[in-house]
Order: sequence, then C-alpha cells, then structure tokens
Amino acid sequence: MSGFDIRRFTARGFGGHIGRLGLTFHDSGPDWVALALPYAEDQIGDPATSVIASGPIVTMMDTATSLAVWVRLGRFVPQATLDLRVDYLRPAVPGRTVIGRGECVKLTRSVAFVRGIAHDGDADDPLAQVAGTFMLMDSWS
Amino acid sequence: MSLPPYAQLLGVAVEERDDAPPLIVMPFGDDVLGRPGFLHGGAIAGLLEIAAIAALRHALAGDGGGRIKPIGVTIDFMRGGREKPTQAQGKVTRLGTRVANVDAVAWQDDPARPIARAQMNYLVVRD
Repeated sequence: MSGFDIRRFTARGFGGHIGRLGLTFHDSGPDWVALALPYAEDQIGDPATSVIASGPIVTMMDTATSLAVWVRLGRFVPQATLDLRVDYLRPAVPGRTVIGRGECVKLTRSVAFVRGIAHDGDADDPLAQVAGTFMLMDSWS
Repeated sequence: MSLPPYAQLLGVAVEERDDAPPLIVMPFGDDVLGRPGFLHGGAIAGLLEIAAIAALRHALAGDGGGRIKPIGVTIDFMRGGREKPTQAQGKVTRLGTRVANVDAVAWQDDPARPIARAQMNYLVVRD
C-alpha cells in the first residue's frame, strides 16, 4: 500500500498553471497516474483547425509522470524535471477530453525515470508519447 | 505576428526584431505557477514552443512560406523559474524542404544563464 494517497492529494483539485488548464485526477495504479484535460477553446494553438496547443499536453504529461513518481515512491519528495521528450503522434481531436497516463519506470537514489502516453478516448490510438527523468531532491532510501 | 488563444492564456508578448527571430516574454503570475514560488515546467515548455514556432515562421517568411506541424520536442530544465518575467527566443538550426530543426532557450535575468532549452522538429508543408 502506497503511503502517498493520490486521491487525497488531488481531492481539492489543482491550483496554479495546472488548475488554469482545468486538469483533474482521472485514475491511478501502483506506479502510474492518469489525468484528464478537458477541451478548452482558450488552449487552442492553431485557430485554423481548433486543435489545442502542444503546451497543455506537455504540462499534463509532466504533471502525471511526476505524480506517478510519488505514487511509486510511496511518499512525497521534492523533485524537479530534468528532461522531457514528447513525440506528437497526431493532433488531438477538437472537442475531446485528453487523458494523460504517466508511469514511473525506475527509481534510483537521485533519479526517477518515467514514460507515458496521451490519448483522447482510445488508449491504443495515442496522440503523444513521452519519456523523461526527474531529479529527486533528497535521499529517500 | 498573431498569437493563438493558448499564447494569450500564458500571457506572452511578442517583441519583433529586425533580422532576428522574435523575442517572447512571459510575465510571472498564478496562471503559470507550479510549486509555490516557481514557474510550472509545462508553462516554460509552452513558452519555448511558442518561441520556436515564432522563429520558424520568421524563417519561413523569408523562404517561400509554408505550414508547420510539430513532430517532437525535447526539453531540458536547468534552473527553477522564479517570480519574474521569462524571455525566450528560438533559432532555426536547419530549414529543409520537409523538416525544420529549431532550438529555443528561456532565461530570466541573464541569457547566459538559461532556465530551460528545447530542441524541436517540425514537418514543413510548403505552399
């Protein structure tokens, strides 16, 4: 049983940039967290197609993967994103909520390795895949 | 240069430059806040992507024009973004017939002390 209660942690919603984008908790498992990004016209990146910008997808995947680190670790440790790679497999369909599932693949004393996908209804037809690393700010073992 | 709704959400402003890619400035505020006192990495990434697209549009304007589609981005976060304005500028490292490679860097006080950088690849659809 994880000592980091993701549902309690996210129960009151998010503030700051995450809250501004309307991101909410969606689901979680032992080493993963999924967030939901509802479609919003003020996040459009290309007015010609009404497709949302890539920035909100990056924010969602950065947040989902960092929450996955705490879930796998079982407790809260300050962490900072070291790098994040995002492949844009296809545009998100306008009007659809995007789900971002972040997974913690490996923990070392000071680095967490993560990966994830974003989709808009069918997890087998992802719109983005990500890989990244986080620095853990204090020793946890 | 017209800005899409997402750029307005971030609150960015564009400073056009003669013969150089535009400078993009993002003020600090609650809408871009991550952990208390720091920018969210996703907001920094969004700023970098806007700077990269602005640089690519600037380069394309002098090279026959065309539409662009993002293929991928890799972002390195070097320093926390503090409670002050952040500036970003893109640089097109290669503009081909089908693919463009663009770098972007973000800083606060000193361009020599970047808080983040990004490498982006775009598909270019020529008009």
